[in-house]
Amino acid sequence: MKQFAYLGVLAVCLLGTGLLEVFLRARVYRRWLRLILTLVPVVFIFVHWDIYAISQNHWTFDSDYVTGIIAVANVPLEEVCFFIAIPICSILTLEAVRSMRSWPVGDEVAADAGDEQ
Amino acid sequence: MSYTQLAIVGVLLAVLNDMYLLRTKLLTRRIFWVSYSIIIFFQLLSNGVLTGLRIVRYNGLVIIGSSTPIDAPPPMFGDGRVFFAPVEDLFFGFALVLLSLSMWVWLGRRGVQRTPTAGPPRFTSHSSDE
Repeated sequence: MKQFAYLGVLAVCLLGTGLLEVFLRARVYRRWLRLILTLVPVVFIFVHWDIYAISQNHWTFDSDYVTGIIAVANVPLEEVCFFIAIPICSILTLEAVRSMRSWPVGDEVAADAGDEQ
Repeated sequence: MSYTQLAIVGVLLAVLNDMYLLRTKLLTRRIFWVSYSIIIFFQLLSNGVLTGLRIVRYNGLVIIGSSTPIDAPPPMFGDGRVFFAPVEDLFFGFALVLLSLSMWVWLGRRGVQRTPTAGPPRFTSHSSDE
């Protein structure tokens, strides 16, 4: 089971923030198209950073704690999952705060009028 | 480029993107900083596990601190580490979070699934829930 340690950390992050979707009605997964369109450029950019960093030996992974599956080039599956999971957690946090406090984010309908608050 | 240099460049690009390219200007909004302060707490926890257990190891040639030791955990604080992780990870994380949130908000501004909007919370003490 050790080889699932990295994936396990990400699973805990997603399960924890998943509560925000349910109990605070963050409605991030509900807006799945917007979520996917957000993730595409983010994953693209950060996977390329990762490809470079791994090729330059900036960081390495303990083979005991990862599955050993390579997602793309030299990048482990876990890293790609990281670049999907952490943005989702961040967006869920933002929307959960918005659910609790109605502070402006900038995408409100009134923002169309050029509101730059 | 070292991880230190790349991390700084990453933050700068994410800031330029938010302020001038997408013009989402999350950096000027209270909701961003409140959200980010929650995120950074959990980031330190989860990244502390990844780096403290040495699931991810760093090369001392490209960070401010030294390499993750072969046979012992890295320092929790000091030697360029914050809660086991290289301080560079905080910059990396900031760039990742800011880019993600500004993309999300930009798409909303463009009308991509602006609705259904968040809230209200399912359990509130004073308001009648739906």
